[in-house]
Amino acid sequence: MSTDTGTATTTTTTTTVPPGRIGDSPLRPDGTLKVTGEFAYASDLWHDEMAWGVTLRSPHPHARIRGIDITEALTVPGVWAVLTADDVPGENAFGLEHADQPVLASEFVRYEGEPVALVAADHPETARRAAKRIRVDYEVLPAVTDARRAMDPDAPAVHRPGNLVRHLRLRRGEENPTAPVVVSLDFEVGMQDQAFLGPESGLAVPAEDGGIDLYVATQWLHVDQRQICLALGMPAEKVRLTLSGVGGAFGGREDLSVHVHACLLALRTGKPVKMSYGREESFYGHVHRHPATMTYEFGAERDGTLVYAKAYVLLDGGAYASSTNAVVGNAGTLGLGPYRFPSVAVDAYGVFTNNPPCGAMRGFGCVQAAFAHEALMDELADTVGVDRVAIRQLNGMREGDLNITGQVIDSAAPVGELLQIVADFPLPPERGEGADPRSLPGAVNNTTHGEGVVRGIGYAVTYKNVGFSEGFDDYSTARVRLEMTGGEAVATVHTAAAEVGQGLITVEQQICRTELGVERVVVHPKDTAVGSGGSTSASRQTYVTGGAVKAACEAVRAAVLERAALALARPAADLRLDGEKIVGSSGEVLTGLAEVLGDDAVEETVEYRHRPTHAIDPETGQGDAHVQFAFSAHRAVVDVDVELGLVKVVALDTAQDVGKAINPDAVVGQIQGGSAQGMGLALMEEIVVTDGHVRNPSFTDYLIPTILDMPPMRIEVLEYADPHAPYGVRGVGEPPTISSGPAVAAAVRAAVGKPLRRVPIRPEHITGT
Amino acid sequence: MDFLQPSSWQEALDIRAERPDAVPIAGGTDVMVDINFDRRRPGALLDLGRVAELREWGTEAGVVRLGAGVPYTRIVEDLADRLPGLAMASRTVGSPQIRIRGTVGGNLGSASPAGDAHPPLLAAGAVVEVASAARGARQIPAAEFYTGVKRNALEADELIAAVLIPSAAGPQQFCKIGTRNAMVIAVSAFACALHPDRRAVGTGIGSAAPTPRRAVDAEDFLAGELEGSGLWESRGELPETLARAFGERVAAAASPIDDVRGSAAYRLHSLSVMARRAVTWAWNDLRKAA
Repeated sequence: MSTDTGTATTTTTTTTVPPGRIGDSPLRPDGTLKVTGEFAYASDLWHDEMAWGVTLRSPHPHARIRGIDITEALTVPGVWAVLTADDVPGENAFGLEHADQPVLASEFVRYEGEPVALVAADHPETARRAAKRIRVDYEVLPAVTDARRAMDPDAPAVHRPGNLVRHLRLRRGEENPTAPVVVSLDFEVGMQDQAFLGPESGLAVPAEDGGIDLYVATQWLHVDQRQICLALGMPAEKVRLTLSGVGGAFGGREDLSVHVHACLLALRTGKPVKMSYGREESFYGHVHRHPATMTYEFGAERDGTLVYAKAYVLLDGGAYASSTNAVVGNAGTLGLGPYRFPSVAVDAYGVFTNNPPCGAMRGFGCVQAAFAHEALMDELADTVGVDRVAIRQLNGMREGDLNITGQVIDSAAPVGELLQIVADFPLPPERGEGADPRSLPGAVNNTTHGEGVVRGIGYAVTYKNVGFSEGFDDYSTARVRLEMTGGEAVATVHTAAAEVGQGLITVEQQICRTELGVERVVVHPKDTAVGSGGSTSASRQTYVTGGAVKAACEAVRAAVLERAALALARPAADLRLDGEKIVGSSGEVLTGLAEVLGDDAVEETVEYRHRPTHAIDPETGQGDAHVQFAFSAHRAVVDVDVELGLVKVVALDTAQDVGKAINPDAVVGQIQGGSAQGMGLALMEEIVVTDGHVRNPSFTDYLIPTILDMPPMRIEVLEYADPHAPYGVRGVGEPPTISSGPAVAAAVRAAVGKPLRRVPIRPEHITGT
Repeated sequence: MDFLQPSSWQEALDIRAERPDAVPIAGGTDVMVDINFDRRRPGALLDLGRVAELREWGTEAGVVRLGAGVPYTRIVEDLADRLPGLAMASRTVGSPQIRIRGTVGGNLGSASPAGDAHPPLLAAGAVVEVASAARGARQIPAAEFYTGVKRNALEADELIAAVLIPSAAGPQQFCKIGTRNAMVIAVSAFACALHPDRRAVGTGIGSAAPTPRRAVDAEDFLAGELEGSGLWESRGELPETLARAFGERVAAAASPIDDVRGSAAYRLHSLSVMARRAVTWAWNDLRKAA
């Protein structure tokens, strides 16, 4: 599958109207609604008589709360409730991996923006004004806002016993390797935000049974439910969640935001309570991508063959653990990229600071590391005098190789081929005289008519784990029901797997159509009435929930054939379900689905697990930590105004192995979006934090790429089936975010001729001002 | 909060006099942001959207009278020939939606040092026409209009009626730095205008001082050099050293700060580069026109 598309319009493979089986690209049910502005996002939730909840947040990165006086806030007309830590009925703690984060701060606040109190009122403005009348007596404490400083034994501890969240130690091969060629570098990556367009939002409705129904935009309903139950002190059957319209996620919705707060207010007031963050609050309301400080060293033979790697990766986890542990796991086990290293020493650290908490974001630990290992591969290529593509191909992983944790890469690892594809793509034409200003750095801002503009080309390649790793029990549940409705066979698929905009609903329908031969597939609302669908993260849903839907369909099909076998007095093994017909071994129609089912429905619920992964050895980091690897390569072509430091990305082309494109249009969409997000980190996206304070919590100053920043893309999709995965699929969503940024950074370095060891690359870095 | 909606200019001025607590609003692209963030909560909004005369422009004796409520989109569409510098700047304002709503009058009212309209107004020698019910109209040169960070010379009972901008007698340029290629608030901005009729050079600096300001020394320097070397007559090539020296003088006129959008050093550097390039483009246009 090869496509050449703009980013605004997808003119890829032809769109197929039903049947819409796997390999087709049926229209998404939410697509037209989103384009026309009619899609109901979580921020559109409404309930008669509902109250509005708002959050009072800490202005300090670190302080002791000496007291909170809510008296004045309670007197504001229209206020229904004001809550503090004392009002949390269960355990005042939540967290994805460790419940270390208070629902509402009690004794300490540990980052700027930490929730301290809640207000419910009959109007959001009333609630906001009342929140300003809450008097919090803070004793401001010294803040640890530098990750390196946090590592010092004498640094103030953000949590007891200390600031270390995880140290991943990985050793392989020789203990003190030497090589004739040694290159090294330091690299820094700034704090990126997910910048999803639909801010956090939810509606909690108290139920007659004393429980609560929460409608919320999230990535994993069941992990939310577990944490909410803990905080509310309620059993799971009393805390029911339903997914509402999600406007993007990218990891930023893995941790709780409004969830417990809205429930607390609803339970206290007895009213439905809606909470909806604005853009500014959203920057404080979710975790970000970990900033990284890295030191890398590669040893190689004179021909460029890698001999060893040493890497030090330090991730700033901010004030609470969130998923720092797993992000360190990725940065450590995957942090040298898709290359073969005989000897390796990696030390990856995640630490607590009083900076904003960092956690999951698309690419999850691999993004930061890729900037370092790809910059160093270029350095090595230049040092030994080998072409930058060729050196990656020389050292690139192949199927059957061991990675740095000693795990066999047991399906396709087309590193060399992906690089060759992007290297062979035609280059964009040279800039001519009288070029459209929009094609130049600065665009209509009219900063150059060609003066100072230098072109650069950069390459990068990556691999990323798909699914949860290091022994996590990573499964999805699917319930599929088949029945006749109005004379037509209808399948209903019910999973709790979150659709966050990536297109899972369409994929579920495609799998049901493929497996059951039906045309009509109803997707049940995503809720906790069915078992966990796992997280919509780690590029895992098509694989794991897709696998569960496939398995549930197979179970339904087997049950239907059993019924037919009974009716027909033939062995089920001789029967097939073909559309709405039951056929025999030579294809003869024996009976119809309508006859077999009658008024009954056949329903099966299946839990699907991918192959188990394993914890790594704590001393050596060795082990089969991951279930699957996904590979991608990018070539970036940039024009840089080297005098002003402004960049125009001219081309950002890519090749990626997806195993099997279940929905080719959706695959291309993921690759385009992921590439833009990676490019954004390379050139502009950074939450600027000074002394623990966020300085740019707005889309005025947190810049994300526009259509004038993102070029049309050439995309080549390979489909080397993974024999261990359903349909051979390989996760798609993350690799583009990992390899695009380093390719852009490399292209800028090539144009500018400076090391540029920090991203985002700012104009000041290019110009040296 | 009261919402006051006069339908004529006189009515607007009367209300302005009665309600000093009212904040005038045109496109709302600044005011509504402030209100939404609860940064200000005025007693009233004075909506000028129904005052038809504010949305008109016309020319008289070589001067464009631009109603304060003419949106940027119309400046780009209608005035690129007469006011090329302002049209170029208008094209860089926000997004298409913002350009449809936003107005030069609003930019002047907010008086942000980053307002895109200010540098070309300064370079062109524009005059702001303001009025009050009590004292009628008065004219304030743009260079005297900006009095501090987000402060201007308006009295409490005055409204901005129009901007009077001489039709371009020579080439004009506008350049703006942003860290992405669209929808940016200026990190720094520069406008220049060549006035061959009076052998003068106009400049405007944005986002690099507490207020938008001219680089008067650079203007005088370049005009003098052009005079001294006979270039106004000969229309010979602009020496690169001269363009560079002009750029340095423009940068010297600025007094920028470090902030989240850019460093002071980069602002100075970028101003000198933009000024050098812009004046070279303008001079080349002048030579072509000769």
